[in-house]
Amino acid sequence: MIQVLFFAQIRELLDTAKVEHSADNIDTAEALRAALAATDDKWAKVLASDKLLVAINQTMSQWDSPVNDGDEVAFFPPVTGG
Amino acid sequence: MEQSNQIIVRVHAEDFSVADEYALLACDNQDGAVVNFVGKVRDFNDGCAVTDLTLEHYPGMTESVLLQISQQACERWPLNKVTIIHRVGTLTLGEQIVFIGVTSAHRKAAFAACEFLIDFLKTKAPFWKLEAGDTGSKWVEARDSDQQAAQMWKK
Repeated sequence: MIQVLFFAQIRELLDTAKVEHSADNIDTAEALRAALAATDDKWAKVLASDKLLVAINQTMSQWDSPVNDGDEVAFFPPVTGG
Repeated sequence: MEQSNQIIVRVHAEDFSVADEYALLACDNQDGAVVNFVGKVRDFNDGCAVTDLTLEHYPGMTESVLLQISQQACERWPLNKVTIIHRVGTLTLGEQIVFIGVTSAHRKAAFAACEFLIDFLKTKAPFWKLEAGDTGSKWVEARDSDQQAAQMWKK
């Protein structure tokens, strides 16, 4: 399984902080994003944001970065700390 | 080269004491320069009054990013100590949000590293601000000017 986390307005819009997703047929961050977007119209819209960022195992990653069974993948908007 | 920098990274809800952090940074006589930066909750953002803000973060990744940027600063400048403290949770007007302190033998390295650290923290560390004000709550938008500031440090 892949542990999927959502933060800030992505978490708020999806009303979900965390889900588990099967690793079957998921090879990249983009494949996971597409699989989650297929959940329903709301998820499709929220996860289509061109500003969406992805971290794999707590490291900023690219959409074509590999995702493996057991990974932690987080989706979030651009950061605004400081 | 072996690094023997003293790096402290803390992320928590509690406030910090600038005097206490300064005392910890300033106790080493090999350092001629101590530079501190404190970020605070400001009353206006994008023309809207702000009454408080809530900081969310990604526990674990936040600390590791802050440690990485501290190590990058130590590789780039001859620093001795680096302290980064960032608060999370709900903070009201005027409260302290973030502390960055660096020490070095000379001021130029300390000034530059402190600015590098806040520029990188703002664009790399997974924190998000939810602002509350007269017109309700809204998530703060990332600023292009912050991205440009971080880009300026690219070698």
